Amino acid sequence: MSSLSESSLYQLTSTRFRLFLREPEALFWVFVFPILLAVGLGIAFRNRPADVLAVGATSSQLTNALSGDKGLTAATMNQAEGTYELATGRILLLAIQGAGGVAYKYDDTNPDARLAGLLADRAIQRSAGQKEALHSSNDLVHETGARYIDFVVPGLLGMNLMGSAIWGLGFSIVEARQKKLLKRFVASPMPRWQYLASFLLTRLVLLVIEVLAFLGFSKLVFGVPFRGSLWQLGLLCVLTSLSLSSLGLLIASRAKTTEAVSGLMNLAMLPMWILSGIFFSATRFPKLIQPIVQALPLTAAIAALRGNMLQGMNLSQLGAPMAVLAAWLVVPFVISLRIFRWR
Amino acid sequence: MTRPSLDPSPLPKDALNGPALSLSGLRKAFADVVAVDGIDLDVQRGECFGLLGPNGAGKTTTIEICEGLTIPDAGIVSLLGLSWQTSAADLRQRIGVQLQETQFPEKLTIEEILRLFRSFFQRGISIEETIRMAQLEEKRRARVGTLSGGQKQRLAMACALVGDPDLLFLDEPTTGLDPQARRHLWDLVDQLRSAGRTIILTTHYMDEAEHLCDRVAIMDHGKIIALGTPQQLIASVGGDHVVEFAIGADPGKDMVDARLLTAIPGVRAHRVDAGLHQLSVVELHTTVPRIFSTLAEMGLKPSEFRTHSATLEDVFVGLTGRNLRDE
Repeated sequence: MSSLSESSLYQLTSTRFRLFLREPEALFWVFVFPILLAVGLGIAFRNRPADVLAVGATSSQLTNALSGDKGLTAATMNQAEGTYELATGRILLLAIQGAGGVAYKYDDTNPDARLAGLLADRAIQRSAGQKEALHSSNDLVHETGARYIDFVVPGLLGMNLMGSAIWGLGFSIVEARQKKLLKRFVASPMPRWQYLASFLLTRLVLLVIEVLAFLGFSKLVFGVPFRGSLWQLGLLCVLTSLSLSSLGLLIASRAKTTEAVSGLMNLAMLPMWILSGIFFSATRFPKLIQPIVQALPLTAAIAALRGNMLQGMNLSQLGAPMAVLAAWLVVPFVISLRIFRWR
Repeated sequence: MTRPSLDPSPLPKDALNGPALSLSGLRKAFADVVAVDGIDLDVQRGECFGLLGPNGAGKTTTIEICEGLTIPDAGIVSLLGLSWQTSAADLRQRIGVQLQETQFPEKLTIEEILRLFRSFFQRGISIEETIRMAQLEEKRRARVGTLSGGQKQRLAMACALVGDPDLLFLDEPTTGLDPQARRHLWDLVDQLRSAGRTIILTTHYMDEAEHLCDRVAIMDHGKIIALGTPQQLIASVGGDHVVEFAIGADPGKDMVDARLLTAIPGVRAHRVDAGLHQLSVVELHTTVPRIFSTLAEMGLKPSEFRTHSATLEDVFVGLTGRNLRDE
């Protein structure tokens, strides 16, 4: 065997690639789904500008005073009209000009109406000449890196790496076993390690595309920050993918049917979907189960990814999660090699 | 068909002569079922050898032990003078295997699958040559999912051939194929056989074994119950022809006197299977009239009467009292 393209490792790996690329559903789950999920969450949790509250007043003088507050938009109307507008919810508050002062009409069980009440009174008092007893100023937070989307992108990245690693190995291996293809391979001189290595090589190449597409999208559309070093982020992605591939290999090492392995894969992934802090911090779970939560490979992966992307931590500060990932890489791999069913 | 010359790899001398396959005292049990129960067998080089028997006779277990896929409980397996314990890597390079139920990935093409299998072998024949041998030229770029049963089977055969094996194992190569596809595959095996390849195949079709094999071992319940060329085995039944008849009314069955029938010159054996009497007969033209007159003397009139040339099926029935196809 002289040329690379005739070597069995190359042929096995390129076969894996072909099979993956000819499976449109797999392409969707690996490349499109995480982006759609990020878009959905980005829309749901986008930072909206503070609401402007609609109020009414019975004199144009009051209307002017109310309009002085940025949080209010005011219109002039008579009392009967105003009562009707209040009842239909088009305004939250009606300021009624009385002989000696102002009366506010609003529903105090509605938080927005209570807020309108406070703002309206402040605006009207100020325009009547009230001075601040103490100077105060507001420092508003709309910074990137502290938003929900910034928090959730590393979580989704981890979840995606887990899904494609476990599905990519588990399903394909068991399908080959069920169709007696594994048995046919071991009846040939194929080096067995190359069969498993072809899965890892394929995974690593797809990983590059997958991570670049997802993070590139998150950067362009949401401006998600990358505070840590990019090559270290890449290394964390590779470590995560290999650890979870090792788990996928273990799950696939004995199962005889694709139905059985699908069940096993979901059984392995479900606790991580819930506990590993994809959508909210894993520290929210009770102290009692924290040792379990922290020992899960996805928890470690997401902690490391967040540490790198959001806090700019370097690898030496991420020793604990990396140790957890390394353990998940070695232990299932060694067990799988011992119990793997080739036929 | 010319075979590329073997590369002169340094093999023990006896690996180049002697039987292609030698089994002795082979035994294998799964849980409480004895699948292979003491098999001794030699297959010569250049021979096309058939293991014939009903489903569950132990054919697949035997062939998978030979292929190094199943480890026997006892016995010695020697292929090309080598054993699986000491020369597994070498043997894998030198045998070609077609398994019973391999399903190749539906989304790969014939060419892609052959290129993959070719990459496992250090020496072998080109993809083009393999495709031509398996007569898959028109389908070379077709995906497996679009192939017919016969084409898939020929692909499996092509994967077994791509390493230019010294020894070719085919496990039930035509099971589940329509008659035309079976004929096609037979032609293929015929070609390989006339090219001098050593082939070991299993089948439960007696006509297949008869047509393809130089020698046949008939297996039943994990044992070889007959061994020889198809002609020898058929001759062992005692006649070239089989006469079958039935007596219409049920009470008549008991009235058939088997001794009178076997006393007829030219009748070698008699047996009854589900009301159907079978006689092994040497010369039809002189014996059939005598059978009729003997039946008439017994006061019986056959409701059915037919003859056929003896086949391996008759050998199996003669040995076991059961039909191959019943299983």
